[in-house]
Amino acid sequence: MINEIKITKRKKRNQAIAFWIFRLLSYSIVAILFIILSFIVYKGASVINWGFITKMPEEGMTKGGIYPAIIGTLCLVAGSMVFAFPVGVLAAIYMNEYVKDGIAKKIIKQMTNNLAGIPSIVFGLFGMSLFVNKLHFGDSILAGSLTLGLLALPVVIRTTEEALKAVDNTFRQASLGLGASKWQTTSKVVLPIAFPNIITGLILSIGRVSGETAPILFTVAAYFLPKLPTSIFDQAMALPYHLYVISTSGTNIEESRPIAYGTALVLIIIVLIANLLANGLRKYFGKKVKMN
Amino acid sequence: MLSSSITSLTVLLIVVFLFKEGIGLFNQKPVEPGYVIAINKNNKVKELSSVQLKNIYDQKITHWSEVGGTHDSIVLFQLEDISNYYSDEQIGDNMQNLGTCLSRLVDSLPNIIAFFPDKYLDKKFQGTLLEVDKVSLADFFAGKEWIPSAKPSAQLGVLPLILGTLWVSLGAILLALPLGLAAAVYMSEIANERVRRIMKPLIELLAGIPSVVYGFFGLVIIVPLIQKTFDLPVGETGLAGSIVLGIMALPTIITISEDAMRNTPRAMKEASLALGASRWQTIYKVIIPYSISGISAGAILGIGRAIGETMAVLMVTGNAAVIPHTILAPVRTIPATIAAELGETSNGGLHYKALFALGCILFLITLFINLTVEFISNRQKHNKN
Repeated sequence: MINEIKITKRKKRNQAIAFWIFRLLSYSIVAILFIILSFIVYKGASVINWGFITKMPEEGMTKGGIYPAIIGTLCLVAGSMVFAFPVGVLAAIYMNEYVKDGIAKKIIKQMTNNLAGIPSIVFGLFGMSLFVNKLHFGDSILAGSLTLGLLALPVVIRTTEEALKAVDNTFRQASLGLGASKWQTTSKVVLPIAFPNIITGLILSIGRVSGETAPILFTVAAYFLPKLPTSIFDQAMALPYHLYVISTSGTNIEESRPIAYGTALVLIIIVLIANLLANGLRKYFGKKVKMN
Repeated sequence: MLSSSITSLTVLLIVVFLFKEGIGLFNQKPVEPGYVIAINKNNKVKELSSVQLKNIYDQKITHWSEVGGTHDSIVLFQLEDISNYYSDEQIGDNMQNLGTCLSRLVDSLPNIIAFFPDKYLDKKFQGTLLEVDKVSLADFFAGKEWIPSAKPSAQLGVLPLILGTLWVSLGAILLALPLGLAAAVYMSEIANERVRRIMKPLIELLAGIPSVVYGFFGLVIIVPLIQKTFDLPVGETGLAGSIVLGIMALPTIITISEDAMRNTPRAMKEASLALGASRWQTIYKVIIPYSISGISAGAILGIGRAIGETMAVLMVTGNAAVIPHTILAPVRTIPATIAAELGETSNGGLHYKALFALGCILFLITLFINLTVEFISNRQKHNKN
């Protein structure tokens, strides 16, 4: 009897210790995140003002703003989404609504997974050899957007597929039962219900694309270009590449540090907004769909 | 239909383009195009490998006997050295006599090895032009030096890069796995719903931070910290890379292993608890063994992410292409090499192709990792049925 109490006590003590260790380690991850964020916010906040985001870089990028880099990133994000979003959504619709389970579906799924796992620098190599050299786009927004678009494709396909899967089959059966065709069912019933989740995926992939550096190194990014791009065949500056060059290979690393902090903060803000927006939408629409 | 096959198409295109350029490397000679290497016609040596050439010009090989010739010391010659042998008048104002001078020089010195552009090669050149082997697979994979701009012969050994990549990634996973696993256990089994709902988006945010920002953070915080702590001349080390990559691999590990643990059937957990096991005993005797394949899938994907990561590593590891011996030395990874060097290569040249070959290696590694994960998760599904 006494022995049993002892064992129970030991069990409880072990559990308490283990749980505390786990809790501590988990909180330390959160702490790491907060250290990174607060450090960049702390250092970058004093740099960011209206001039910083609307002015050209000056004096070897040690002064002035990052306006062309912001515009460049916006162009790249828009360009890649124009390509990846329709293609990805169509692909997911086809996969989820039309293809029957079988070997073809398996292969396509596997390929999508493989594409998602390819490192971004390999996309850069590929984009350079296909778009820049083979198709003679040169270093241009077009080449960069297409490369980034390919990179974002698996993300868009996956989230859209998840969204479509989440639509209850009774909706489809009801629609088909009322005599609607397959396409009518998909476009009038399934898509509207899945739409909020699809948009969430779009926003998340925007967050990802805007921060990617390796794929644009050799397809679009300009080291220093104090003018705005005028066509899709122009080179452009981009935020992540700008941060990379001014923190490692700029002419005057020490003096351009404030600009680097500011650029990092702008990048983080973009990602934060994308994440918050996606989460907010998910919650908002989540409630709405349930009420129906 | 077309759009659904676009991912397959892209993967195929990537394979075609990468491998076309990458395999082209093995059709090329490591000596810069437009240059020749000549020796005296009486020299018995007919062939030199790329490594031998480099060692000769680095004066690590100083006697012909070491490469299969006579017991004489090697006389090195490069075009700049011509003024030691001939005066400006002899060469001529427009270098018009340079070819004849070179020919005579190679003929007169029995132990010379000369490296010069082939446009100065005389029509009646009195010497043997050395054959240099094409870049071989063995040179490429077992070569211990990566100096693509070395003269007269580029050194394209990827061993230091592969080891550097594995070294940094392994360090990263050793740091990230315990932390990530702890967080996954905590989030799926210990924490209440409210904490979980706060932590989940935070982990997602950690995954969303661009790699270049991680690199920047590593550069301004972790690198100086390491330099100070270990009293090093430079803080850009493999360890810095491992720490940054470890943080970046955390979300992958956490998300996937947490999913796996949550999939443990409730009946199993409750059976364990009903038999008098504590929650902690249930976790490490039931839940972790049950979800071990999911956890290993997470770990492998984490390694994959670390191996392919470019920018952050490029910024914090110091990029020295040497075989690493300690974690406190600069290392260079495959992706960082591609990113750092592709800008300075000429399109279609030897160096360019060598970087594409690196891209092929990277592609194959990540493909292997993806297929392994696929295999593991398929087996997991199979077991459940």
